[in-house]
Amino acid sequence: MKTQNVIQVEGLTKMFGDFTAVNAITFEVKKGEIFGFLGANGAGKTTAMKMLIGISSPTSGLAKVAGFDVYKETESIKKNIGYMSQKFALYDDLTVKENITFFGGIYGLSKKQINQKRSELVEELGLVDVTNSLVSSLPLGWKQKLAFSVSLIHNPKIVFLDEPTGGVDPITRRQFWEMIYNAAHKGTTIFVTTHYMDEAEYCDRVSIMVNGKIEALDTPKKLKEQYKTDSMNDVFLKLARG
Amino acid sequence: MKIILYIIKKEFKQIFRNKGMLPIIFILPILQLVILSNAATYEIKNITFGYVDLDNTITSRGLIEKFEASNYFNISNKFSSEKEASNNLLKGAIDAYIYIPNYFERDLQKHKINSVGVYVDAIDGAAAGVINVYITQIIQNYSRTITADFIQVSDAVQKPNIVDSIPLFWYNQTLNYKTFMVPGILVLLVTMITLFLSGMNIVREKEIGTLEQINVTPIKKHQFIIGKLFPFWVIGMGLLTIGLILAKIIFNVPFVGNLVLLYGYTSVYILVVLGMGLFISNFTDTQQQAMFIAWFFIVIFILMSGLFTPIESMPQWAQWLTEFNPIRYFVEIIRMLMLKGSGFMDILPLALKTLAYAVVMNALAVWSYKKTI
Repeated sequence: MKTQNVIQVEGLTKMFGDFTAVNAITFEVKKGEIFGFLGANGAGKTTAMKMLIGISSPTSGLAKVAGFDVYKETESIKKNIGYMSQKFALYDDLTVKENITFFGGIYGLSKKQINQKRSELVEELGLVDVTNSLVSSLPLGWKQKLAFSVSLIHNPKIVFLDEPTGGVDPITRRQFWEMIYNAAHKGTTIFVTTHYMDEAEYCDRVSIMVNGKIEALDTPKKLKEQYKTDSMNDVFLKLARG
Repeated sequence: MKIILYIIKKEFKQIFRNKGMLPIIFILPILQLVILSNAATYEIKNITFGYVDLDNTITSRGLIEKFEASNYFNISNKFSSEKEASNNLLKGAIDAYIYIPNYFERDLQKHKINSVGVYVDAIDGAAAGVINVYITQIIQNYSRTITADFIQVSDAVQKPNIVDSIPLFWYNQTLNYKTFMVPGILVLLVTMITLFLSGMNIVREKEIGTLEQINVTPIKKHQFIIGKLFPFWVIGMGLLTIGLILAKIIFNVPFVGNLVLLYGYTSVYILVVLGMGLFISNFTDTQQQAMFIAWFFIVIFILMSGLFTPIESMPQWAQWLTEFNPIRYFVEIIRMLMLKGSGFMDILPLALKTLAYAVVMNALAVWSYKKTI
C-alpha cells in the first residue's frame, strides 16, 4: 500500500529578478515523516519553505501541501499547517498563557479547546510556574519550545520548522527533538531545516540544497553510503563545496 | 467575529502594558491641548511701540497717551528722529512706530488734511496687518474726538456725516481665539495620535516578525485589520471625549451643537485616519519609514486644514487640494457643531465626503495588505 504524500513538489521555482533562488526542486514528503531540509546559508531553504506555507508565490512549478495548491489554495494550506520561523515570532509583551490563547483563538479554536490545549502544553513544556510571566522573561530555549507548541496548537497535518534550534543549548536541543519525535509519533509530518548535522541524523529522510537546487535526497544512512563517509557532516561538506 | 475579539483583546493588553506608550497616548495630547490652545492665537498683544513727535504739543501728546492707555501696546519709546526710530525697527527693538510731523496741531486747527506716518515691521505679514489695524483705529478715534473739539471752538463748517459700521460678531461674540482654536486643535490631536498609532502598529509587527506568524494562520484579511484598528478607533473616541471635557472645563468653549452628531461624525472620520495609517504601514518596512511618511502627510494636512490660515485665501489649486485633506473636513465640522450649532442637514455634504473618503481609504488599505511577501 502506497503511503500518502502530504507534500508534493514538482519543478518548483522562485526567481527574484534575474536571480533564481529556488531552481526547479522536486520532492515529496510522506505522512508522519520527519523530513530534513538542509542547505548552506543562502541555498534557498527559507524561500522554498515560504512558498510551501503559502506566504510567497512561486514563479513556476507545481506544489501541493496537505492536498492544496500553493497558488490558489494558500488559505486552506494555512489551516492545515503549523509554522515556526527562524526568528522568535511570539509576542514578548504577552504572557505564556496569553500567547497560547491568542494563537488558539485566531486558529478558530473554541474557548474550551483552548483551555484544554493550554493546560496540556504548559504541563508538557514544564512551564506551569511561568504561565503568567511575560514571554520576554523566558530563556531562549523555553521560548523556542513554546513557539513549537504554539505551532501545533490547532493539530496541523504538517508543521514547518525553520532552524528551530538555532542558538539553543545542547540539552534543550535534545528536549526539542524529543518533542519533534512525539509530534511525529502522533502522525504530524515534520518539515525541518537545520544547520546541525547531528540533527540531520534524526530525520527519516534528508534533502540537501545547494545554490537553489536539491543535490541529494535520501535517508541519512543511504546518503552516507553513497558518499562513502560515516557522518552527515562529511556528506554535507562534500555537496556544499561542490 | 470571535477571531476579531481575540485580536482586539490582545491589542488592548499590549497597549496598556506598554508603560512608555500610555503617557504618549493620553498625557501628551492633554498637555498639547492646554499649551497650544493658549499659545496659538492671532491676537497681537504686547506690541513694542515707539514714536517720533516733532510737534510736541497737547494734541500730539494726547495721541501718544491714547497708545499708552491701550492694552495692546507696551511702553512707548520716544525717539528724537525718524532715523533713530527706523534703526530700532530694523534691530527688532520695536514692532512699530508712528511719526508725528511738525505743525501737527496747527494744521489740524486750520482744518488742513494732516497725516501721521505709521511704520510697521511686516516680516510677519499677518501680525503687521493686525498691528496696523490697531494703530489706525486709535488714530481715527483720536482724530474724531479732536476734530469735534476744534469744531466746537471755531464753530465753523458743519461736520460731514460719516457712515459708521457696527460689527456684530456671530457665533463667537467676544472674538475669543480660544473658542476658535480649541476645537481645531482637538481635531489635530485626535488625528495625529490615531494616525501614528495605527501606522506604527502593523509595521512594528513586521519588524519583530510576529506578522509573519500571523500571515501563516488562516486568519482573514478583514478580521485581522478590523481587530487591529478597532482599539485605535476606541482610543480616538476616548481622546475626543477627554478633549471635549477639557475644552469645557479649562477653556469654557461653548458647545451649542448636537453632541451625538459630533460623535457620529468622528466615528466615521477616525476610519479615514486609520485607513491611512494602515495604508502607510503596508508600504513601509520599518517604524522609522512609517513615521516619516505619517509626518509628511500630517504637516501638509495641518497647514492646509484651515486651522491656522483660512482656506478661502489659498490659491485655487491649493483650495482644490484641500478636498483631499481629512483634517480640513473635521475642523470645519467641529467648529460648525460646537460654535454654530449646525444640524444634521448642514453637515451632511461634508459628512458624506468624509464617508466616501473612509470607504476609499479602507478599501485601499485592505487591498494593499498582503498576507504574502
